[in-house]
Amino acid sequence: MTDQLDHAEETGSRDIGRRRFLGYLIAAPTLAVGVSWIAGDNPANAAVPTLPQPEDIFDLGDLQNLAAAATSALISVQVNKDGTASFALHRCEVGQGITTAVAMLIAEELDLPLDKVSITLADALPELLMNQLTGGSNSIRSIGLPVRSAAALARSRLVATAAAKWDVPAEEITTADGVLRHGSGRSADYGSLAEAAAVSTTVTVEAPTLKDPKDYRIVGTPQNRIDALDAVTGRKQYVLDLPVPDAKPTMVRRPPTINGKPNAVRNEDAVRAMPGVLDIAVVTYGVAVRCETFGQCIDALRALDVEWAAGTVDGESDESVLGKIKRAQLPLAVPPLGALTVEAEFTFMFSSNAALEPDNAIADVRSDRAEIWATLKVPIVAQGDIAAMLGLPLDKVAVHVVTGGGSFGRHLFHDVALEAAEISKKMGKPVKLSWSRTDALRQGRAHPMSVSRIRASHLLGNVLTFEQRHTSSETSFSHGLGEMITNFAAELPIAGNLSFAESIFLLSQSVPYNFGVVTQLLNEVPLKFNTGSMRNIYSPNTVCAIELVVDQLAAKMKKDPVAFRREFLRDDRLRAVLEKAVEVGQWGKSMAPMTAQGIGLHGEYRGAVAVLVEIDCRPETVNRPVEHGVTGPRVTKAVIVVDAGLPINPRGLEAQMIGGLNDAIATALTSSMHIVDGLPLEGSWDNYFYTRQWNTPPEVEVVVMPPTTGQPSGAGELGVAPAFAAVACAYARATGTMPTTFPINHGTLSFEPFPTQPYTHESPTDGLDSAF
Amino acid sequence: MSQHTFTVNGAQVTVDVADDVRLLWVLRDILGVTGPKYGCGINVCKACTSHINGKAFNPCSVPVSKIKSTDEITTIEGLPATVGKDLHPMQEAWLEEDVAQCGYCQPGQIMAAVALVRKVRAEGRQITDADLDTLRNICRCGTYQRIRKAIKKGAQRM
Repeated sequence: MTDQLDHAEETGSRDIGRRRFLGYLIAAPTLAVGVSWIAGDNPANAAVPTLPQPEDIFDLGDLQNLAAAATSALISVQVNKDGTASFALHRCEVGQGITTAVAMLIAEELDLPLDKVSITLADALPELLMNQLTGGSNSIRSIGLPVRSAAALARSRLVATAAAKWDVPAEEITTADGVLRHGSGRSADYGSLAEAAAVSTTVTVEAPTLKDPKDYRIVGTPQNRIDALDAVTGRKQYVLDLPVPDAKPTMVRRPPTINGKPNAVRNEDAVRAMPGVLDIAVVTYGVAVRCETFGQCIDALRALDVEWAAGTVDGESDESVLGKIKRAQLPLAVPPLGALTVEAEFTFMFSSNAALEPDNAIADVRSDRAEIWATLKVPIVAQGDIAAMLGLPLDKVAVHVVTGGGSFGRHLFHDVALEAAEISKKMGKPVKLSWSRTDALRQGRAHPMSVSRIRASHLLGNVLTFEQRHTSSETSFSHGLGEMITNFAAELPIAGNLSFAESIFLLSQSVPYNFGVVTQLLNEVPLKFNTGSMRNIYSPNTVCAIELVVDQLAAKMKKDPVAFRREFLRDDRLRAVLEKAVEVGQWGKSMAPMTAQGIGLHGEYRGAVAVLVEIDCRPETVNRPVEHGVTGPRVTKAVIVVDAGLPINPRGLEAQMIGGLNDAIATALTSSMHIVDGLPLEGSWDNYFYTRQWNTPPEVEVVVMPPTTGQPSGAGELGVAPAFAAVACAYARATGTMPTTFPINHGTLSFEPFPTQPYTHESPTDGLDSAF
Repeated sequence: MSQHTFTVNGAQVTVDVADDVRLLWVLRDILGVTGPKYGCGINVCKACTSHINGKAFNPCSVPVSKIKSTDEITTIEGLPATVGKDLHPMQEAWLEEDVAQCGYCQPGQIMAAVALVRKVRAEGRQITDADLDTLRNICRCGTYQRIRKAIKKGAQRM
């Protein structure tokens, strides 16, 4: 072994900011490196800003970063003999582009072409503890630095290996496009040194120097998704596409109310005799049928005659839930001051985070082991729950994380994977379980109804107080994030014994204006709906409420909405994106009657966004006929300006902004759940009116601001809240009436609901009639 | 059970399955052609959009017995073959615009887009925003703006 290699194996560490990294050369046939990321000293007691809110100091992502810090030891990059690099990502790809962004970081630090980096999704790794959670728009924020460090270490090891082989100083070796070069003319591609650079015993090494951002050639440049070709050719595989042997199509007949349970099946033998039916099993929340095809599952589950027991919210309706929420509202502190007060209350109806890919999972449960395939953002918790349910040791339950067809919060939970395991155990066979579309909407998790009340007071051109009381039906965070809070509560710069929901609220919310005394409080009503977070959690609703009231305050002070925001903003990054949006979107231009511009601002995840939209509320637009669809006002144009701190992939960032905009248009104008007698009425996509082509803006421009902070912000959820606010504010300006219930069309039921039993609809037979 | 013979992506297939099983499940569960996706099963979300004799349709809503032996079914996997290249111009446009996010709806989107362009062209017109507004395919990631750009671009090359 040469001097250079001996030197490289000395134990060392490197401080980056306040975090310390340890590098490892991992014993493997070809070069494998890892870094461990050790939390440094606690942050020093910073000067307390004027009137701080918790989110300003320490946000949800910081908390996740901290939770991830201690357990990043397995961040590892492998260099293969074909010159490619591999990385098993301990996060879940559901469309947000995390695999592409991570591939870019690795390609950057390793000096490899992007197409030579291959990313797979890691199985559930219990040793990662809570560092295997995909959520809170936190992936790049929490793992970006360790991933870059690992890639940089791999590069430095390759350089050291070449230096030893060529007997030249390492500093004289350059790397580019996967090739090492020396001035003497010698060169080698990475693959040719992948074995020589490997070690047979894992050792700690000097932590690497990261590339200077000014030398970036990939990070910060627009790149296409690494899975795009697979997506457009139909080769991209989702859970239902996996050819797991004997995992036959399986579906479940479900109860007439949320979380109802089966008492008895009256015609099991008759259904078992139907074509294609293989197995039937009574499970916790229904009756499962396993068949040769999913079509036969639909026929069989519809034919089942089941006696049902009550569910958990029987008899609850929109009205009853709203009543309970209003009774649970926390009091406002400042009394109404007549003409000096602006007060408003906004109701946000239940909405569904269901992805287009219905909830599904494959389970192969045997007597002594189990194997699960599912899209899971918290796979460790899923693995633990499944193992407990099956009565198997954790290491006998393999959980494979599969790329998902959307998530929007849905895959934080593992309900469907747990159910698949239960069915497989009861049937004694592998199952490929899919919820029906109606199951996903009626029994799947929903973002709960909430009411946001705001009271603001102003005097002599100043806003003196701004109070927000946000009250919600319970949002479930049972996916295990709670452990992080427990573990790190002592680290939080906020006092008190907060519940988890309150913590999430405090760590994600702030009012970006100089409004004197600002308070934002959350209360939740413990109703047993199946709930969970939807993209951007509380913020779309709270920010919509804030920005509508900001426009009201501006109107009372006879100020233009943008002029008012300029005057009261207390955040320079928001100010900058506002000015850019005003310029690009031509704020204040002449608009026809019943059309208007609206502006919404929001900072979160250490990013800042301004959205400027134009809405058309003219009758000829609102009343456009679309069969089995809803139309209503149309957002005709949107400008989204985003400051993401350090944009990794501007093209992916732009995609997330566009997606957030379309989500916001849906929740502002068209999409909600109507709860009647303990069940949502919505049963399919022409009931749940997510944004469609006829309601999406023909014109959208996304402006990605140049790097500001040097650190990437969150991206996946960042655009939803400001877009929601902008649409609501534009609607209020166009119609002259501030909307107070969202979506604005909730009062009109625009479809004929499916029956309550059975509700998974029979497939039509007339599909050829609509061919075009 | 009865036998059904037709053409899928240029190859003749014969399947033994009950008459009323919808074609989507014959493709996915029996033939292993998984490009067309299940998103609703009632011809609403359009994630399974494929072509029958060149026209867009939704196999979730067609019993296999309605498929004639002369019918040619094309799924996303067989689309490039319709132009004799590795990728159809619409797929190339899709890549250039980096349309897909999660990708689940994209096979159906592309199949619908190709059929829409052919239909509009048969009417002697260029594709318009009003034409794009008629597409019912849901993209729950909300990639609609890039879909619109890609269709306009792909149409120019078809």
